[in-house]
Amino acid sequence: MIGPRTKLGLILVMSPLLLWLTTLIIIPHLDMLYVSLREKVGVRQYEFGFGNYMTFFTEPLYWNTFARTAYMSIMATILTLLIGFPVSYYIAKIAKGRLKMALFLLCLVPFWVSELVRTFGWMILLRETGVISNFLQWSGIVNQPVEMLYNDAAIMVGLVYTSMLFMVVPLVTTLDSLDDSLIEAGYDLGASGFAILKNIVIPHAVPGIVTGSIVVFMLSLGNYLTPILLGGKSSLWFTGMIYSQFITRFNWEQGAAFGFLLLGLSSLIVFVGLKLSGQTLAKTMG
Amino acid sequence: MKFLNKISKIALVGAVTAFALSATPTLAQTLRLLTWGGYAPENVIDKFTAETGIKVEVTLSNNEEMIAKLRATGGGGFDLAQPSQDRVAGAQAEYDIYKPMDLSQIDASQFIASMLDATKGQTTLDGDVYGVPHVWGTSGLIVDTTKAGDVKDDLDLCDAQYEGKVSYRLKRPTLIGFAFSMGLDPFAAYSDVAAYTEVMNKVEDKLIECKVNVKTYWSGGDEIMNLLRSGEVVAAMAWDTGGWKLNADNPDITFVAPKAGALGWIDAFVLPKKGKADEAAYKWINFVMQPEVAAMITAQAGNFTASLGADAMADDALKSRFQGSFPPADIDNIKWYPPVPAGLEAIEGGVLDRVNASK
Amino acid sequence: MSEKNQEIPDLETVSVDKSFGDFRAVKDVSFSVPKGSFFSILGPSGCGKTTLLRMVAGFLEPSNGDILIKGRSVVNEPPNKRPVNMVFQHLALFPMMNIYENIAFGLKRRGESESVIKQKVGEVLERVGLPGVETRQADQLSGGQKQRIAIARCMVLDPDVLLLDEPLGALDLKLREHMKVELKKLQSEFNTTFIYITHDQSEALVMSDQVAVMNEGIFEQVGSSRELYYNPKTAFVAGFVGESNAWSGTVEQVKKDSVKIRTSSGFTLMAQTKGEDIKKGQKVKAFVRPESVRLALKAKEISSMENRVKGIVGNVLFNGANSRVLVQNPIDGAEIDVAIPQTGEFASLAKGQTIHIGWQHDQARCFADKSGAK
Repeated sequence: MIGPRTKLGLILVMSPLLLWLTTLIIIPHLDMLYVSLREKVGVRQYEFGFGNYMTFFTEPLYWNTFARTAYMSIMATILTLLIGFPVSYYIAKIAKGRLKMALFLLCLVPFWVSELVRTFGWMILLRETGVISNFLQWSGIVNQPVEMLYNDAAIMVGLVYTSMLFMVVPLVTTLDSLDDSLIEAGYDLGASGFAILKNIVIPHAVPGIVTGSIVVFMLSLGNYLTPILLGGKSSLWFTGMIYSQFITRFNWEQGAAFGFLLLGLSSLIVFVGLKLSGQTLAKTMG
Repeated sequence: MKFLNKISKIALVGAVTAFALSATPTLAQTLRLLTWGGYAPENVIDKFTAETGIKVEVTLSNNEEMIAKLRATGGGGFDLAQPSQDRVAGAQAEYDIYKPMDLSQIDASQFIASMLDATKGQTTLDGDVYGVPHVWGTSGLIVDTTKAGDVKDDLDLCDAQYEGKVSYRLKRPTLIGFAFSMGLDPFAAYSDVAAYTEVMNKVEDKLIECKVNVKTYWSGGDEIMNLLRSGEVVAAMAWDTGGWKLNADNPDITFVAPKAGALGWIDAFVLPKKGKADEAAYKWINFVMQPEVAAMITAQAGNFTASLGADAMADDALKSRFQGSFPPADIDNIKWYPPVPAGLEAIEGGVLDRVNASK
Repeated sequence: MSEKNQEIPDLETVSVDKSFGDFRAVKDVSFSVPKGSFFSILGPSGCGKTTLLRMVAGFLEPSNGDILIKGRSVVNEPPNKRPVNMVFQHLALFPMMNIYENIAFGLKRRGESESVIKQKVGEVLERVGLPGVETRQADQLSGGQKQRIAIARCMVLDPDVLLLDEPLGALDLKLREHMKVELKKLQSEFNTTFIYITHDQSEALVMSDQVAVMNEGIFEQVGSSRELYYNPKTAFVAGFVGESNAWSGTVEQVKKDSVKIRTSSGFTLMAQTKGEDIKKGQKVKAFVRPESVRLALKAKEISSMENRVKGIVGNVLFNGANSRVLVQNPIDGAEIDVAIPQTGEFASLAKGQTIHIGWQHDQARCFADKSGAK
C-alpha cells in the first residue's frame, strides 16, 4: 500500500517541475532542433538536411567567430579567476563580521541594476568624452581625448565585471569551508605562503574554481549585450551571429543550427577543460 | 487507492478547467499595438480610449523584430502592427503572418491619395492589399557642419580626414545608401539575385575599406544622438528626425539629404494574421489619421504622416528644418524603398557578417 | 660542554604578556621547560592557555616579554621558521593528501631529497606503530591512528619542542584513556619536549612530568601532578585539580596552622592553613577531598576526628572503584561528596539512611578567599 501511495505523492510533487521542464525547455529545444534540420530551398519550401550545420564548418567566418568568442570567453574566465580568487580569499578568510558581509554585498551591487545599465555605466566611463578620458586630460597625463571603448579590452573588462559574482560566490563558499588550522598547520610545518596556496588552499578550492569557471565561461560565451555595446565595430561575438540570423536575416534555420552548435561546442570545451584539470562534474557538484 | 484516484481526477479536471478559463480572452476590448517609438504617444492613446472605450497596449519594436515576433507566433499576439511598407509583401509571401485589409473599413478621404495608392500597390500580394500608410520619413546624413561640412554624400564618410569619427548602422539601409552613393541602383537589381549579389559585393568591399573610419556601428537612436552630441562622431548615417532633434539643441548639427538621394520609407499599418480585434484596429487607423491627431504624432515622432492636411498643423520649427534639409529638388530625388523580395536578406546578411568580421 | 647544554631549557618564556584590546589574556607568564620533559598547561577554557601556546608556535606575537627555544629568542621568527611543531586540536591532517604526502609535507618544504623523505616517513610511521599506511587517506584511519599520524607529521621534522593543543578532545572516553598512555609512551620514545595544553585534569595529571595550572592569564602553580594534588598552593588549584568539597566562610579562631571556619549558613569546620598567613575574621575557602572523608555507620567510629557530620544519604553514584555517595549536611542542606571505601562495608547504602561522616582537620585545606577581593 505504501509503495503506490508514495509514488503518487512523488508524481504530484514532481509534476510542476516536470511540466516546467517539458513545456519551457524540452519542447522548445526539440522544436529548434527540428527547425535547424530544415534547409530552405525556396519561398515556404524546406527540405530535411544538415546543410545549416555544414555552413558553420565550410564558411570560415562562422567558425572563426566561434573560435574568437570561445578564446575571449576563456580569457575572461581566467582573468575573473585571477582577480576573483584573492578577493574571495580575503572575504572568506581574512575579513570578519560586518566587513565580510559588506564586501560580499559589494560584489552583489552590480546586479542590482540591469545588464544594460551596467554596460552603459562602463560606456560612460570608457568613452572618448567619458569620465576616465576627461580625468586623464585634466590631470595632464594625456593631452588629447583617449578612446578606451570599442575594442577587445573593453569587452574583457565588461565580461569580467559581469561575471565576478559568479566566480566569487562558489569560491567564497569553498574557501569558507577550509579549516583555518590547515593553513596554520602548513605554516607550522615550515611552508611558505606560496607553498600553502599551491598545496593546501588551491587543492581545497578546486570544486569552487571549477564551478565558478564553468559558470563564468558559459555566461561569457552566451553574453550578447556586453560584447556588442562595448566592442563596437570590433564586437564579433557568436551570440550576435545567432541573433542576426534569427532577427535581421529571418534565417531561423541557420540560427537554430548555430544555437545547437554553440551548445555542443561549449559543452565540449567544458568537458575538455574538466579532463585537462583532472576533474569530473560529479566530483565538483558532490 | 480508489479514493486517491478520485481525488487526483478531480484535481486534474479542476486544473484543466482553470487553465482553460485563464486562456479565454477578457471581454474589455483591448488593442495590442506593435509599433515604433513615438507613433502612439500617451496623449493620443488617452484621447482614443476616451472616445471609444478601447484600451491600447503598446509594444515598441523595429522592422526586423516585428517580423520575427509575428513569425514566432504565426501572426498572433498583436492586433495591429506597423512594419515599413517594403517589408510587408515579402514577409507575407514567406511566412504568412498578415491578413488582408478590408479597405471599406478605412476612411480613405483622410489619406494623401498618392501615398495611399502607392502603399496599397506595394503591399499587394496575390490581389489582396495588406497595408495602408501611416508615418513617412527619410534616412540620410547627420553632419556637424563645423567639423565635417564637406560631407555631402554617404561615400564622403570614407574620407581619410574623418578616421574614427563617423558612424552608421550595420543594417540594410546602409548597404542601400552606399550602393546609391557609389552610383549603383540596388532597387533595380532587387528582382535579379545575381545582379543584386554583384551590387552587394561592391558595397561590401567599400564598407570593409571604410571600416577604419567608423568609430562604432550604432544600433540605437539614443546611442547615435549621444555620439553626435558629444562630438565623438562628426558625421553619421541616420534618420532625418534625429538630425532635426539635434539641430534644435545645436544649430551646427543637422540632417543632410545625400547627393545620391535620401532613402524614403513609409511605415504602414498591417493586421497580424491572428489578430483578435480587427474592429478596434480599424478604429485606431481612422482615429490617428485625423489631421489633428496626426499632428500630435508628428510632434512626438518628428516625422510627417500620410494624413491629409496634418502638415499644415505641424510645428513651424519642424517644417523649417524639413525645408532646410530638403530643397525641392532633393524631395524629388528621394529614393523610396520598393518592396523587398523574399530572400534578399540572406545576401545582405552575408555581406553584413563579413563586414563585421573584417579587420 | 654537555653539562652546559643540559642546563639550557628547551623552552623558556620570560614575562610573556598578551593583550587583545583591553583584555589581557596572558599576564606576565614566565616558565621554563627542561629538555625531554612532558609539560602540561592545565586550565579552564578562556584561561589563556591556547593564547600562550599560539605565541610559542608563532601564530600570535607577545605584547611583551620573550620566548626562547634552546636559549635562543624566537619572537621575531615566523611560525614556518621556528623549531617547534604543533599538533592541532582537530589534528589538521591535510584531506587533499594521503598519509605519505601529509608526513612528507614538512620535509619537502625543507628541500629534502625524495629518497631521504621516503626513508624518514617510513621510519616515523614505524615508530608510531603504523607502518605501511602511506597510501591511505586520512579519513580511512581511526581516531587514534589519525592522532599518531598527526604526531608523526611533526616528529619527522625532529622539532625541539612539540606543542599539543588538546588533541584528545575529539576522541571518545575509552580511546582517550588509551591515548593518554600512548602519548606518554611516544614522548619518552622520541625523548622530545612536549608542551600539552588541556582543560582535562586527568590528561594532564596522568601524562605530565610537570603541570602548570593556569587561570585568568596567570600560572597559579607549577609542579608535579602529585604536588598539585596533595599540596595545592592556591584555592583555585585546590578546587580545579581533583575532586573537592568546598566551603566558603569566615575564620573564627586561629591556632598555629589550624583554623576554625564558620560558613554563612552556620556550619563550622576545622582546617589547616599550611604556611599561609590567615587572620581571624578573614574570608577563606576550605577544601576536602572526597577520599579524605570517612564514612561510618556509628558515630563513635569517627569520634577522634575534629570534623563530624551526622547526615542523610542522598544519591549513591556507583562507578566501580570510584563510587561516591552524596551525604546531605543537615546544618546547611549542602551535599558532601564522599568516596565509598571498597571494603564492601557500605555496599548496601540506601537513600535516606542516616550516616556519620568525618575528617581530620589536616585533610581540610584552607586558603584566603581572593574571589571577593577583585
